Amino acid sequence: MEQLIIFAVLLSLGYFFGRLAERRHYNSIIEREQDWVDLPATSLKKVSDPTRQVTQARLVNGSTVISVDYFKRILAGLRNFFGGNVQSYETLVDRARREAVLRMKESCPDADMIINLRLETSSITKGRKNQVGAVEVLAYGTAVNFR
Amino acid sequence: MLITNTEEIPGRKIVSFYGVVSGSTVRAKHVGKDMMAGIKNIFGGELKGYTELLQETRDEAIERMKSQAQQLGANAIVNVRFSTSSVAAGAAEIYVYGTAVTVE
Repeated sequence: MEQLIIFAVLLSLGYFFGRLAERRHYNSIIEREQDWVDLPATSLKKVSDPTRQVTQARLVNGSTVISVDYFKRILAGLRNFFGGNVQSYETLVDRARREAVLRMKESCPDADMIINLRLETSSITKGRKNQVGAVEVLAYGTAVNFR
Repeated sequence: MLITNTEEIPGRKIVSFYGVVSGSTVRAKHVGKDMMAGIKNIFGGELKGYTELLQETRDEAIERMKSQAQQLGANAIVNVRFSTSSVAAGAAEIYVYGTAVTVE
């Protein structure tokens, strides 16, 4: 009985705080993406316009570790049983990727463009039982300045 | 030391190659940070302790790669790649590698 109560409390805590945190995070991501729209990040290997002279090129990176809440983890566990899209994890990795790209852009505010963007995702809580819920996303690329 | 993850450095010409240079670090998590992460796992959200830890580890790996390239006499590293793996429960390995070159 006690265990059931603890479970219910964890579940509702995860549900309310998780939803709140997610909504707040999405709002901040959308707002900052608007701010950084002038600094495009592309996965092209070279500068798209070869006539522009590059004065500076350097490696930049941004990373984040985001964990999923208790409610969503249980939801994903149920999904594992029935099959289908695990939507709760889709939003998790989406948030992490967008955040990592934004942090990368924030680390080089004076650049004109970021080329050769790579994203790498890894689950850092691997190796422990029932603990998949956190992902690390690293975004890296080459920031270039034009003359 | 110029570092890029493109095959060549835009606006510069590569004169000579020195081969692959790499740097790696393995770091274990802090017990306190681990407990905080356990609590955060209920509410969801960013695990700031881990973000910082991995960022520090990555910076150190880059430093090691740089010093290796300096020993070879290179002045730039191109085509840099990162890779992260968890070698044991609670420890992360960050590996960074690239090609040491000299540019004009």
